[in-house]
Amino acid sequence: MQAFSALVTQLGYTRSRNAKVALIADYLRATPDPDRGWALAALTGEADFAAVKSSAVRTMAMERVDPELFRLSRDFVGDTAETVALIWPETAPPANDLRLADAVDAFAGVSRARAPALLAEYMDRLDSDGRYALIKLATGAMRVGISARLAKTAFAQAFGLEVDAVEEVWHALSPPYASLFAWGDGGPRPDPEGTPYFRPFMLAHPLEDGTVDLADYAAEWKWDGIRIQIVRVGDDTRLFSRGGDDITPAFPDIAAHMPVEGVFDGELLVRGAAQMGEAASFNALQQRLGRKTVSAKMLAEAPAFVRLYDLLIDGTEDLRLLPWFVRRERLEARMAALPADRFDLSQIIAAQDFDELGRIRDGARDAAIEGVMLKRRDSLYVPGRRVGLWYKWKRDPLSADCVMMYAQRGSGKRSSFYSDYTFGCWNEDGELVPVGKAYSGFSDTELKWLDKFVRQNTLNRFGPVREVEKSLVLEVAFDSIHESKRHKSGIAMRFPRISRLRRDKPAAEADTVQTLRALIT
Amino acid sequence: MSSAPHWIEPHPHGIFVRPANAWIDPSRPVSRALVTHGHADHARGGHDAVWATPETLAIINLRYGRYPGENAVEYGQTLDLNGVKVSFHPAGHVLGSAQIRMQYRGETVVVTGDFKRRPDPSCAAFELVPCDIFITEATFGLPVFRHPPTSDEIAKLLAMRAAHPEGCVLVGAYALGKAQRVITELRALGYHDPIYLHGALEKMCALYADHGIAMGPLLPVAGTDKADLKGSIVLAPPSALADRWSRRLPDPVTSMASGWMRVRARAQQRGVELPLIISDHADWDELTTTIREVAPKEVWVTHGREEALLRWCELHQIKARALALVGREDEDEG
Repeated sequence: MQAFSALVTQLGYTRSRNAKVALIADYLRATPDPDRGWALAALTGEADFAAVKSSAVRTMAMERVDPELFRLSRDFVGDTAETVALIWPETAPPANDLRLADAVDAFAGVSRARAPALLAEYMDRLDSDGRYALIKLATGAMRVGISARLAKTAFAQAFGLEVDAVEEVWHALSPPYASLFAWGDGGPRPDPEGTPYFRPFMLAHPLEDGTVDLADYAAEWKWDGIRIQIVRVGDDTRLFSRGGDDITPAFPDIAAHMPVEGVFDGELLVRGAAQMGEAASFNALQQRLGRKTVSAKMLAEAPAFVRLYDLLIDGTEDLRLLPWFVRRERLEARMAALPADRFDLSQIIAAQDFDELGRIRDGARDAAIEGVMLKRRDSLYVPGRRVGLWYKWKRDPLSADCVMMYAQRGSGKRSSFYSDYTFGCWNEDGELVPVGKAYSGFSDTELKWLDKFVRQNTLNRFGPVREVEKSLVLEVAFDSIHESKRHKSGIAMRFPRISRLRRDKPAAEADTVQTLRALIT
Repeated sequence: MSSAPHWIEPHPHGIFVRPANAWIDPSRPVSRALVTHGHADHARGGHDAVWATPETLAIINLRYGRYPGENAVEYGQTLDLNGVKVSFHPAGHVLGSAQIRMQYRGETVVVTGDFKRRPDPSCAAFELVPCDIFITEATFGLPVFRHPPTSDEIAKLLAMRAAHPEGCVLVGAYALGKAQRVITELRALGYHDPIYLHGALEKMCALYADHGIAMGPLLPVAGTDKADLKGSIVLAPPSALADRWSRRLPDPVTSMASGWMRVRARAQQRGVELPLIISDHADWDELTTTIREVAPKEVWVTHGREEALLRWCELHQIKARALALVGREDEDEG
């Protein structure tokens, strides 16, 4: 556990990507199985223990610390795990004698009711860095500023492998990755054949200001749903989200209707009545995401379907090293075998040239269209984002001038800054009503200025939230706007972010809710 | 508190001792000021008459110039200001730092200014002064703040220096107090190599040396060859850590000596790679232990995380109130 907690601590204070990779690689080489496998699981976000949730961490802390003192501390520190690690009263110098793999075994076997006591027993045995690392591991949220990709890169570097080769088999393996480390130590490559596992997605770069030649690129709509991969092996069908999470239980209506073996790439959408059977917006889909079971009512009211983009594996034949247009022909040939109410084909947009494509894009009014995808006709299916192969060309964002109403402190790195802002627009009665919340889009310098503004213009404090003088106009950009019963204003923005600080503009000249309602799609 | 106004009056900009017609650490110019120590948030310019320890006056003279009426008060010496007996006692915070004890009509009040309990080779040790009303700071008044042993932190600094012979370790340390503390703690652990200083630290280190605090060999970074700084420890004010100034150093590891380094996000915000939890303020345990040992009838909290300390007092059935002084912690010293 000490080696792992030292790694977690050092990663927290290391800025350079290469230095992080080197730290993890050194750890993976020097640490025995299965500890290193569990550490890798923690760093890639694959370690998760159903019985140990952040509520267990809080329950445990409340038994040792006054709840009010804990709350004040949590407000200041900005992170529950760190607060517990720091506040934990040490009655004797900790022995630091806990083994990572033993803790993991215990977490996997513990009941929800016993979890707080087990955690507390471990807390007593660890120093503050150890407590921090263990809580982060147990609750499955490391947040040490490294991505799963970086951890895999470190693994590959530690053992002289290619990271894409590691990615390819990664999703077929599970912690503590004995076969993966055996491969690293010179054994055979793990062979996941015969199991339905996730293949890394090919992704697109934004098309900034450039143009492409439609002789070389095909254009499709970019749908505002959930990108998914459907994998069928034998009679087992799985649905994976972009990160490789298995979301099959939330969409049994899709999984049960895929008759063809292979690996498909597509967009999961929900048919909404409001859209006359067309694809409904992302909001409708979110109702279903993350559910372990779905009610019959939900299946009936928001039936899911998949708009297919690509075919990666046809039967057992891997098509990924064939050009896009060949894969597209193979996909089209497969469509007849798929039930039409569950699967359709993403259509190619017919345009003479790039200018015409631009006009078609600007004329698209469908709420489920995010923009246009441009795919190089000869592109192989390669994981990740590669320059020059696929581009996404989003519709221009909408924007509105809103007034800052409340601010809340951020968490993690931003725990001392008021970085989350609730903003509002004017209603018919001349009152400001909240229309959204944003915590991105500004520079570090602007954040400092905003933080200072909040501190100097506080009217009221409600725990971590401050109500501010309604004087600052924020230009807010967003992708679309929808009806919402949850908000007093009756509207909700999709992906709002602060695009500019309009210190020049008086609050009275900010937009009205009515103006925003006109933008509803 | 009784309904009649107390002879000690907290105001947003300082504590007013009415019978003495004097302010303690006022944040705006007054005619008579008692100053606990030389940090900018306690010692402001513009007062007519000032009472402070000789060391604090020397620090003020160096940083801000002179006051028209300066009255040096030795630790333990008792003054009479219009019937209020006033004496200064070591606070252990920085050189010259004092708690101010006042006695009037049978009641004793102590204002701590800023203080710490653990030993510091660069200043006189905190003295426990019994009183009826204990007016304390609470900079680190949250139970998450427990400063580890200073020698452990200095050992981390020495280990980083040893592991990094081709570069240097750049330690951010406040110019008054922290820089001299880090230097003297390094010397106490047997480090006798020259320590390199940012120009903003030189005069204060010289002042400490003049007051008999052994600093060992100190050299300015300015004028030193980049190559000669390899394998060295360099001290600079925190503002210089991310400044262009640091480009003259060979591959520096950024470090910072401050009690705030206990919280990861605080270190990460500054881009600190080697956080050193070294503080000149009492941590949570020191604050609460001190209140227990002083055992006053009432605790007043001047500045910092006062809510948590009030809650602790409530849990321990100690009468307490917050004074909400403004303008403290402007230097973010920790």
